[in-house]
Amino acid sequence: MKKAYLFVLGGSSTLLLSIFLFFIVPRVQMGALERAAISAQSPYTETEARGRLAYIEYGCVYCHTQQVRDPSVGADKAFGWGRASIPSDYIYDRPHLLGTSRTGPDLSNIGSRQPSREWLHLHFFNPRLLVAWSIMPPFPFLYAEVASETSPDGRAIAIPGTDHRWIVPSEKAEDLVAYLQSLKRDRDPIPRETKHE
Amino acid sequence: MDRYVVFVVLTFAISVLGMLAFVIALIQKQVLVPPEAASSIFSKGETGIAEPDRTGDVSDRWKRLDQSARGPILFFIVSSVAWLVIGSLLGLVVSLKFHSPEFLGARDFLTFGKLRPLHLNIITYGWLSFAGLGISLWLVPRMTKVPLQGRNVLYLAGTLWNLGVLLGSIGLLYGKSDGLEWLEFWWPIDILLAVAGALVAIPLFRTVYLSEEKHLYVTMWYTICALIWFPVLFVIANSHFLHTGVEGAISNWWFAHNVLGLWVTPLGLGIIYYLLPKITGHPIASYQLSLFGFWGLALFYSQVGMHHLLGGPIPGWLANLSIVMSVGMAIPVITVAINHHVSTYRHFRVLKDSVVLRFVVFGAMMYTVSSLQGALHALRTFNYVTHFTHWTVSHAHLGLYGFTTMVFFGGIYFAAPRLVGRDWPYPRVVNAHFWIAATGVLIYAAATGIGGVRQGFALRNPEGSFEASLAVTIPYLVARSVGGTLMLASHLLMLVNLVALLGARTEEAA
Repeated sequence: MKKAYLFVLGGSSTLLLSIFLFFIVPRVQMGALERAAISAQSPYTETEARGRLAYIEYGCVYCHTQQVRDPSVGADKAFGWGRASIPSDYIYDRPHLLGTSRTGPDLSNIGSRQPSREWLHLHFFNPRLLVAWSIMPPFPFLYAEVASETSPDGRAIAIPGTDHRWIVPSEKAEDLVAYLQSLKRDRDPIPRETKHE
Repeated sequence: MDRYVVFVVLTFAISVLGMLAFVIALIQKQVLVPPEAASSIFSKGETGIAEPDRTGDVSDRWKRLDQSARGPILFFIVSSVAWLVIGSLLGLVVSLKFHSPEFLGARDFLTFGKLRPLHLNIITYGWLSFAGLGISLWLVPRMTKVPLQGRNVLYLAGTLWNLGVLLGSIGLLYGKSDGLEWLEFWWPIDILLAVAGALVAIPLFRTVYLSEEKHLYVTMWYTICALIWFPVLFVIANSHFLHTGVEGAISNWWFAHNVLGLWVTPLGLGIIYYLLPKITGHPIASYQLSLFGFWGLALFYSQVGMHHLLGGPIPGWLANLSIVMSVGMAIPVITVAINHHVSTYRHFRVLKDSVVLRFVVFGAMMYTVSSLQGALHALRTFNYVTHFTHWTVSHAHLGLYGFTTMVFFGGIYFAAPRLVGRDWPYPRVVNAHFWIAATGVLIYAAATGIGGVRQGFALRNPEGSFEASLAVTIPYLVARSVGGTLMLASHLLMLVNLVALLGARTEEAA
């Protein structure tokens, strides 16, 4: 048993060192950033926050990042994904949704890049209606499909290439789209008047 | 900014000095124990005699110790294999969805984004944790020479853990997710898992406490520390109220890498350190070297997580720290590799007779490969290509399947017949399991690895397009499904083996 103490002690101390480096120090460093409140972001509205939960529920994060790399690192900027991300872009994000896989494109500024509600809904309903080469999963279960000569609902969207077929988005689909529209991390993070100081 | 750099350099220097002092202290104490410490896993006169896959040759002493652990360990093993079959079936469905996105796509609970975390969590917490714990705990009485204590606590812990994985999985299907990779299970269920994990430590420490052995064999070092590390990691990373934004990402990837490095890996390495010498009948090549392997892992592995966020919005010093530590991992990996591979090389012929040894040696080889791969792709030059691609998935499967899962297979094939007291009814099916699984994982890792690098170059080409980076991966994604199908098929063979072994037992009893 005497020997076990050595491993309990040694094992705990290495882990303690790692906790110190990965939690305490970044907290001190980034806490200063929070206090300065230098950020282009605003808190999520209720709808957007619900949409964010749907984004988590449907696992969007497994294929889409929300972090843009510097042009020296990747072609992110050339692909239209905006400026490189900074920590203050995420001060309202809990849990974080930075992602680590780009099976799909980055979504940091999808709200600026693709603001159209119709496009986003049709793309969720069946991505291949709009992007032939896409491998994104379809989300038909978030929509009611209706056949009608005229628009069946104020929110209904006509399916292109069909005769009088419409989709009516569910609450969840509307929330999800509102969340995506809110993602505009391409704005300048520092207020103009302080920039030249 | 400067004070942080000074700070980190200082901490690093102190910790390296601390580790050196620690190793020296250990070696000095090591001198005091008999030099035969590495032989403590053999009975008197047993050294030099290989313990084959058959149960008939087990000495009475080991039989008695094995029997003390029989019930709870079989419970852990059966649970693990059940979760493995479910988890790998889910993995295959997810893999198919990558190239056939309409496949099972019309229903909410079958959508890709729900099944993928389900696959990962069931494999990590259902299969890897149960199997690793089961085999490691089976070894505890064999190494302490004391019957396993607290069997009822283990039944309780196993039941709670099963319940946690089951409820967590159902929760994911209903959209109850914490939203962090590797930590998806809903937080109230995490409490259940943390309690169950802590309960498992009780029988371990009670048994170690009663032990009169002067020396704890290397496997025990890994098991003891893994059971200290996991509950701490799991509780800190699941305390979501502590972390926002980028700090949440830091916590997330600190955990995600440590759950491999400080939980699954030590269990796997501990099992190799036991089975390799035991089956060949000769002590491990260099016992002193295993000290460096162990403490190097403890120090370096706990700080490598940030290479998952290279190029991202994290502090530069933190990224650099993880790169240094990732490369530092080469030290423990090479020392362990020398130890394992030299031991194998000296007794290569045993591989012909022992299927279990084949699993273990394949696992040990894949540990070396995947760890060196890990050190390599933590370097910025390499990482900027492979980041965000399927390469990461390749690395994960090489480590968690090629290494740990294969070792756990070997462990189960070695332990279960000794617990039941009968040999595997279909040795050929056991052999088939090995070859199909090994082929499957190699196809899988090659497909996602090569596909990932090509995807990475496309993602770095400013004249290219995102579409090009996707199109280039499609054939590799199909190849991955082929590898995945083989892996699942091999797991079904294992299920057949296990049912046959346990079924035969009840027949005998009746």
